[in-house]
Amino acid sequence: MEKLLYSKNHEWIRKEGSTAFIGITDHAQKSLGEIVYVELPEVDDEFEIEEAFGVIESVKAASDSYMPVSGKIIEINEALEDSPTLLNEDPYGAWIIKIELSDEGELDSLLDLSAYNELCEEDN
Amino acid sequence: MYRYIPATEDDRKEMLGVIGINNVDELFNDIPKDLKQSQPLNIGAPMSEIELKKRIEELGNKNSSDLICFRGAGAYDHYIPAAVDHLISRSEFYTAYTPYQPEISQGTLQCIFEYQTMIANLTGMFASNASMYDGATSAAEGAMVAATVTKRKEIVVSKSVNPETRKVLKTYCKFRDIEVVEVELDEGVTSIKDLKDKISDKTAGVIVQSPNFFGIIEDLDEIRENITDKKTKYIVYTDLVAMGMLKTPGESGADIVVGDAQSFSSGLAYGGPYLGFMAITKELIRKMPGRIVGESVDQDGKRSYVLTLQAREQHIRRYKATSNICSNHALNALAATICMGLLGKVGLEKMAEQCYKKSNYTLSKILETGRYKLKFNRPFFKEFVIEGEESPEIINEKLLKNGILGGYPLEKEYPELKNTSLVCTTEKRSKLEIDSFAKRMGEI
Repeated sequence: MEKLLYSKNHEWIRKEGSTAFIGITDHAQKSLGEIVYVELPEVDDEFEIEEAFGVIESVKAASDSYMPVSGKIIEINEALEDSPTLLNEDPYGAWIIKIELSDEGELDSLLDLSAYNELCEEDN
Repeated sequence: MYRYIPATEDDRKEMLGVIGINNVDELFNDIPKDLKQSQPLNIGAPMSEIELKKRIEELGNKNSSDLICFRGAGAYDHYIPAAVDHLISRSEFYTAYTPYQPEISQGTLQCIFEYQTMIANLTGMFASNASMYDGATSAAEGAMVAATVTKRKEIVVSKSVNPETRKVLKTYCKFRDIEVVEVELDEGVTSIKDLKDKISDKTAGVIVQSPNFFGIIEDLDEIRENITDKKTKYIVYTDLVAMGMLKTPGESGADIVVGDAQSFSSGLAYGGPYLGFMAITKELIRKMPGRIVGESVDQDGKRSYVLTLQAREQHIRRYKATSNICSNHALNALAATICMGLLGKVGLEKMAEQCYKKSNYTLSKILETGRYKLKFNRPFFKEFVIEGEESPEIINEKLLKNGILGGYPLEKEYPELKNTSLVCTTEKRSKLEIDSFAKRMGEI
């Protein structure tokens, strides 16, 4: 997971040029438990950093997913509508949204793997 | 009669002493003087229990309870089988609260499941919630769903929607900064031209009623065709009795169907309680306020019921809720379920057919008197508007003397409809009653 950056809200982001894929971390899916529903935003919706872009509902909780950085939605992973458990099975493969970055500088505020692992350990 | 307040004067002094004040009024010093009641309530002198009972009975007897009813306008005198009241009076039903513990409330859960199934089937929709307060609040909640889903701030509503429903809608919308835009009428139905003018890319939802407030069947398909923006939600307020003979709103492409099921639950009872229903498409199910009961199997494979989908927001995301609805009219929903069950498909069809035929017969008899004309010449279900020379208030006063509750005067809500009355005939009216009503109408 070298290429990934992480947010304190347990989202990961993978940058590809001026776009990026966003999903939730393994730690997040384990804490949520079996995921039963993912509420996705719409393409062209724009969000600020830390703004909620969707909702992930598991058998025991429902929580918002927050933008690790600001951006415009250019694609949503529609497969999650029918198979929300993909987030449990393959959290780093099952991206939730693909965005167009509006400020690449914001990436600097995110955590790298070791910093994120430290955060998770504190959580535990 | 002694007022049953156990504290004595001495007790009171002691308590005031403990908190360090001289009299009870000091407790309320924070309330501005002009907001306080300055004189005792005008409710007369105290009475003994016997006196009080007599007085209340006297007052109660002033109510007329045996009028022959030709009034609808949102509250309908339909046939509710005697078994309904008997069954809902069982204590396991009327004392039951929200069935959070499925293992002890299978009966209640099953009732809700049956109710939801019937409402969804009758409206032609994917799912129904477990009931709401009344038709007006259901319509307002429907508008809230539309506004939440589309993230838009405008609701377009036809003036042929019950005026009281529109008032409740406006109250809800006012506090959510949602603008309510009303669509003008065209001969008693929603003006398509005005509807087209008022729908824009800001419109979250369009609300129409069919049969509308004047009893007229709206062209739901044509209205749907004019809501071209895919985001805009189509909210239809309907009458479940009419579903016995009309095309369902679901078949006409409704996204949300709302209304009042008082006709099947509580009868006419001085303004309540009513029973709101809401049914919705699969796409919107998670945005629907309230709860859904689903059918499943337990570990032994036996059929069982469980709260399947109650918007999670109710418990853990309240600050994000689309609605503050967290209780419903479960006992009334049960009454409606039993009533619909007893009527059955054929019974409901016959009920609808009788409403349709008897109201048309009533109209023909009224027209025969030569003193009234039909205001809007369009197909209606169980209500129609007549226009005469005399004010409906005067007509109704005279009818009342003959034990008849006449039509609803429309001028108050629709100033342009002077000397018009909204007359309703349900399956409960006999030919004799209708003939007598028409005869009296002709004599005025």
